Amino acid sequence: MKTPFITSVAAIIKKDLRAEFRARELVSLMGLFTLLSVLVFSFALELDREAREEAVSGVLWVTLIFASILGLNRGMAQERDQGGLDATLAAPVSRSAIYLGKLLGNFFFTAIVALVMLPLMTVLYGKNLLDAWVIGTTVIGVFGFAAIGTLLATLTVQTRAREALLPIAMLPIVLPFLLTAVRATTGLLNGAVEREWQSSLGMLAAITVIYFVMCLLLYRYVVEE
Amino acid sequence: MTEAPVIIEVERMSKVYGSLPALRGINFRVRRGEFVVLLGANGSGKSTLLRLLSGLGKPAAGLIRVGGWEMPGEAMAVRAQIGLVAHQPLLYENLTARENLDFYGALYGMGRAEREGRIQELLRELGLLKRADSLARTFSRGMKQRLSIARATLHQPDVLLLDEPYSGLDQAAAELFDAMLAAATGEGRTIIMSTHQLTRIPEAAERALVLSRGRISFDDAIGRRDMNAIYRSASA
Repeated sequence: MKTPFITSVAAIIKKDLRAEFRARELVSLMGLFTLLSVLVFSFALELDREAREEAVSGVLWVTLIFASILGLNRGMAQERDQGGLDATLAAPVSRSAIYLGKLLGNFFFTAIVALVMLPLMTVLYGKNLLDAWVIGTTVIGVFGFAAIGTLLATLTVQTRAREALLPIAMLPIVLPFLLTAVRATTGLLNGAVEREWQSSLGMLAAITVIYFVMCLLLYRYVVEE
Repeated sequence: MTEAPVIIEVERMSKVYGSLPALRGINFRVRRGEFVVLLGANGSGKSTLLRLLSGLGKPAAGLIRVGGWEMPGEAMAVRAQIGLVAHQPLLYENLTARENLDFYGALYGMGRAEREGRIQELLRELGLLKRADSLARTFSRGMKQRLSIARATLHQPDVLLLDEPYSGLDQAAAELFDAMLAAATGEGRTIIMSTHQLTRIPEAAERALVLSRGRISFDDAIGRRDMNAIYRSASA
């Protein structure tokens, strides 16, 4: 009676990618915000070269969080306004499959923006962000944001003040995550002792896994009336 | 003649939003192949009842059984038997008609070949074949509603739940919709359709349920009754 898990996840990802490929709404919105944010921080820190170099990882993660919030809000609002989420929930599909499908779509869109952001910041901030470990840390971090954001965006989209509520709900929850990500990236960029940034990276990966599993288990309660 | 078996059973069901009761002590049964029209003023609980029957919500108390499967425990089995048409088309605007149906077909576990055949058949039946590869956002309200019917009947459900399906339809689209409902009844599908417009009760409808302030105030065959009088007294 129940549609196979993988079939459901694949159908949701395919639908999200196809719709975004047509509209190019989410990636362009997030991309434009990212570009402006990186440029504004770069100009604001123009006079103090040292401060600018030290602020790189902070700028990277704060920009990614807000870009991710922007994309999540818009993406979930489309689902709610067009009623697609209701029709998906009315199908014999596991709630975890819906969550995973939406999460992977959100992750993919934010990852594209992040991967464009890294070379841009390398040029503007004079720090090499194209290192394999930095890219890996960014990918893990983006996955973590998408994991938390997908759950919270589904929750807040059902409220009237959804645009304002998502950042208010999301920022305190991602704080431990943000601090660990910034610490790992700063360590990597400043050539800290390997053990130091590796422990932060390990912690980031652990928090990501914990948040992902929690959100996967909680999603069904969020979508149930 | 033996009566058709019961397909939908609702017993002592209630639903509360916060402290606001939306449905109170709802009891009714629907037999296979029956066409029931659900009447009531705005806010009487029609949409809530249909959402609960379609598995989109959980009742606060009571029992819902569809096709012998009980909710919420066996909600997946219930969902597989239901097709839902709401006043919103529940379609993705940036997907074509065919892609929308293909997506929902996959969610109902239909294989690729089965999906392709069924989608082609439905698009032809509903007069949408020429626009199969146009984006849903370019469709008129009537076309979206037809596509919505295709989405809801794609997996050949036993039960069709229609929530105010006539809202926004022009006369021609409404007539086409009437014909589709008659065809669905002819195929033996069970239909529950909500409306607040008495002029929009289809000829195929056999029975009326009137909801008033979250309770069923009338439940009987339509026959030749004056539905205006019944609706007025049941809604009072």
